[in-house]
Amino acid sequence: MPSGELASKTIHELRALLTAGAVSPRDLLDDVLARIDRLNPSLHAYLGVEPQRLRQQLEAQLAAIPAGRLRGIPITIKDNICIDGEETSCASRILAGFRPPYDATVIERLKQEGAVLIPRANMDEFAFGSSTENSAFGPTKNPRAARLDVVPGGSSGGSAAAVAADLAIAALGSDTGGSIRQPAAFCGIVGVKPTYGRVSRYGLVAFASSLDQIGPLAKDAQDAAILLSVIAGHDPRDSTSAPVGVPDYARELAQPVRGLSIGLPELPAEGQTDDVRRAIEEALRVFQQLGCRTARVALPHIDKAIAAYYIVATAEASSNLARYDGVQYGWRAPRGSGLRGQGSGQPPSPEPPAQSELIDMYLRTRTEGFGAESKRRILLGTYVLSQGYYEAYYLKGMKVRTLIKQDFDRALSRCDAILMPTSPTPPFRLGEKIHDPLQMYLSDIYTISANLAGVPALSMCCGATADGLPIGMQLLAAPFQEAVLLRLAHAYEQHTQWQTRRRALRRGD
Amino acid sequence: MGYETVIGLEVHLQLSTTTKLFCGCPTTFGAAPNSQTCPVCLGLPGVLPVLNARALEWGIRVALAFDCQIARVMKFDRKQYFYPDLPKNYQISQYDQPLAQHGHLDIVVGDQTKRIGLTRIHLEEDAGKLLHEGSPTDSFVDFNRTGVPLLEIVSEPDLRSPEEASQYLLDLKALVQYLDVSTCNMEEGSLRCDTNISLRRPGASLGAKVEVKNLNSFKAVRLALEHETRRQAALLDQGERIPQETRLWDAKTQKTSLMRSKEEAADYRYFPEPDLVPFIIDPALVARIREGLPELPARKRQRLQEAYQLSAYDAKVLTQHRALAQLFEGAIQAGAPPKPVANWIMGDLSAYLNAKELDPDDLSASPRGEGQAGVKLRPEWLAHLVELIAQGTLSGKMAKTVFLQMLEQQQDPRALVERQQLTQIADPGVLEQIADAVLQANPQSVEAYRKGKVTALTHLMGEAMKQSKGKANPQQMHALLTQKLEALKSV
Repeated sequence: MPSGELASKTIHELRALLTAGAVSPRDLLDDVLARIDRLNPSLHAYLGVEPQRLRQQLEAQLAAIPAGRLRGIPITIKDNICIDGEETSCASRILAGFRPPYDATVIERLKQEGAVLIPRANMDEFAFGSSTENSAFGPTKNPRAARLDVVPGGSSGGSAAAVAADLAIAALGSDTGGSIRQPAAFCGIVGVKPTYGRVSRYGLVAFASSLDQIGPLAKDAQDAAILLSVIAGHDPRDSTSAPVGVPDYARELAQPVRGLSIGLPELPAEGQTDDVRRAIEEALRVFQQLGCRTARVALPHIDKAIAAYYIVATAEASSNLARYDGVQYGWRAPRGSGLRGQGSGQPPSPEPPAQSELIDMYLRTRTEGFGAESKRRILLGTYVLSQGYYEAYYLKGMKVRTLIKQDFDRALSRCDAILMPTSPTPPFRLGEKIHDPLQMYLSDIYTISANLAGVPALSMCCGATADGLPIGMQLLAAPFQEAVLLRLAHAYEQHTQWQTRRRALRRGD
Repeated sequence: MGYETVIGLEVHLQLSTTTKLFCGCPTTFGAAPNSQTCPVCLGLPGVLPVLNARALEWGIRVALAFDCQIARVMKFDRKQYFYPDLPKNYQISQYDQPLAQHGHLDIVVGDQTKRIGLTRIHLEEDAGKLLHEGSPTDSFVDFNRTGVPLLEIVSEPDLRSPEEASQYLLDLKALVQYLDVSTCNMEEGSLRCDTNISLRRPGASLGAKVEVKNLNSFKAVRLALEHETRRQAALLDQGERIPQETRLWDAKTQKTSLMRSKEEAADYRYFPEPDLVPFIIDPALVARIREGLPELPARKRQRLQEAYQLSAYDAKVLTQHRALAQLFEGAIQAGAPPKPVANWIMGDLSAYLNAKELDPDDLSASPRGEGQAGVKLRPEWLAHLVELIAQGTLSGKMAKTVFLQMLEQQQDPRALVERQQLTQIADPGVLEQIADAVLQANPQSVEAYRKGKVTALTHLMGEAMKQSKGKANPQQMHALLTQKLEALKSV
């Protein structure tokens, strides 16, 4: 097969070929590795790939797992999901070199199905960001942009770029405010944020515990369905994982969508570009052609979502990131000259040396180890939880969150899925928003409510700009109704010959 | 002076569950450092807590024993501060929806019973241990203790003296011991106590609260409170204000010193623990646990008084430690009469324990902790001892010796008696022989007796007991010697 041909296939295509013996898993991995070798230096989707170790891993997996749903399939893993013995740094200096001594539950499940795991997909540091520009190790480039000067989205930018450029067959990412869906839209692939509690968080380095979910990034709905089936399900090690059975998502895919109703909400229009608006209208027409009905739904509190999110999420994040202090693992600032507060004319600290040496270690480790966005969020989160402000900010934010959830409950009782854009704009250029954090935050406006409400959401390509940059649409459903989302996505793909379009979008060869 | 002392106690009880509060690591005391840890209790990136059901059940058990109202819905919260013995730099604790509230403990001070309110009881995870010895430049942290379940028991400020506070602590420990949920040991750290104390003129509003920490023994609690009472009274006498602060007790200097002022108190930024969902406590579970409660000290005290005609004081001493109560009731069950058993326990046994600086808990069949040999005392042994005396096999004096042997050699007194052939000699023939031999060997005493010196008999008794190795029945021997001496006198 010509080089890159195998790497461009989907899980379901490869499974057929592998089972039939037409293709060998070694050739598949070699093909993927060759593309990584050629394209990763410019795309920077991965933070360090070790081909020899990956080949060893493949051999071990082939020997250990005679039959598995993902046997021999290379899957890329975001740098915030723990793999036993593999560096997991969350693209941060403060965790550089950290190797967890355990596998995340989703990793265990992938391994059990024979997958070959390619760590570490680049990301925004600790998942704080919407462009992967906050990585401490350099940004990832969007493979769809000819000049490679466009962001892949974030925070799972590395995962999305890898899948889009065929540097992996599929990927796992994490989504707290849109971090799977937005990069999926920006890179022209499918991304799913499952219902909160659908997939175990055990082994996902926490950002915001009540919002985080791990989910698949894939080349089409069928692949997303396969991956979701493998990773979903109750985990006794995660007290927030739901004891709800997992449907056979792949089987549900082919169910017709005729008669399903698509909800259309009134959205805050700020910042929404014309091409995004047109792409969504076009997508709606496709669904109508497929026999779907439409319904107007109201999400009256959606304009409060950003504020509520950035209070609740940063509060939880500030707490989750307290453990990065140099004491036990990760990076620790080397022993300094000692007492803090030693500015000119300042008296030495009255505390005994040992106490201030400890504080010095904490301060310097965290000052030097965290990037600017991480510090910004820790400060914000600490502030909203502090004495005197808890009721006004965090508690109020949680109450607004309840209202948003109720909005979605009501809206989703009147339709099967809500349709909206993933992002108000097409993919933006590197450096365009990074110096204006608030602008960056506002670009999450359509994705964060799904996290606040805990509902599942799927993002996929539904158009492109004149430059050929992908535009994504988002479908949201009621809790645990991922099957509906996948069905709609699959039907859309079949109807629009999406795969042909996807391959045509592929650049960088 | 004329101040009223207002004291509240905050007790932390380590639950001796098999595994930790949020993970499956063992909780055994004294293991090699960092040998009982896992990613969860180490707070590694990506881990999540899962509540130990047994710890919850035991928490309910304790709360019921203190007559608390059990929460219908309880949740956990994060208490946030930075310290190297706290891996996540937050402790999972409970803030506004704790396990239980509004209980009480009735304590007996002198001959008064006083009800001390319990504000709340909640679950939380323990931190690790910092070690500062062994290096001039570094400290070390052992995470074995991280995540061990703690029950925090907070009293209302109902205590009015250091003596009451001491009694409260003793009674709390006694009650908890009946529940088998903790080793309740202040030296090992499974029972910890902080106290709050303030002084006020009678009728005035509460004075500023001073918190006192670093109390590592029952004695320290009392001494620290006594010291604080004097210190605060002196300040108030001089017209000074007592600042609200936290002070540390120094057992060596027997003084408290400032640890941190109110302004320096940490803002813990409590918020609900998002990794744990709220828990709905099933009333059926609570009912089941309530049914499984053992007879608690207050009830037992009353029953022993009624059933065995014990005095209130005796009943209190016997129930103060579960081990003593078990000993008492076990001996009764083995057939012994209550009064002699009570006397042995309250007399010789208590004296023995005091002399050896042992605790009644050391009387259990298995050794407590490392290096402890344990002192076995089975209830039936006590019963047998009492029986041997009642049968006349052992004299009262002999029995005291056998009692000590029983404790030191850990043997049934019956076996000891048989092995050493300690059976009291009551055979008239044998006694006669001994008496004759003694009289023959001590002509001076015989002569002295004849002349009217009655004390000579005491000497002869001593000789007779010596000759018989203490086994001669003293009453019989005394009668025999008297009889013979009288007979000789008339010769």
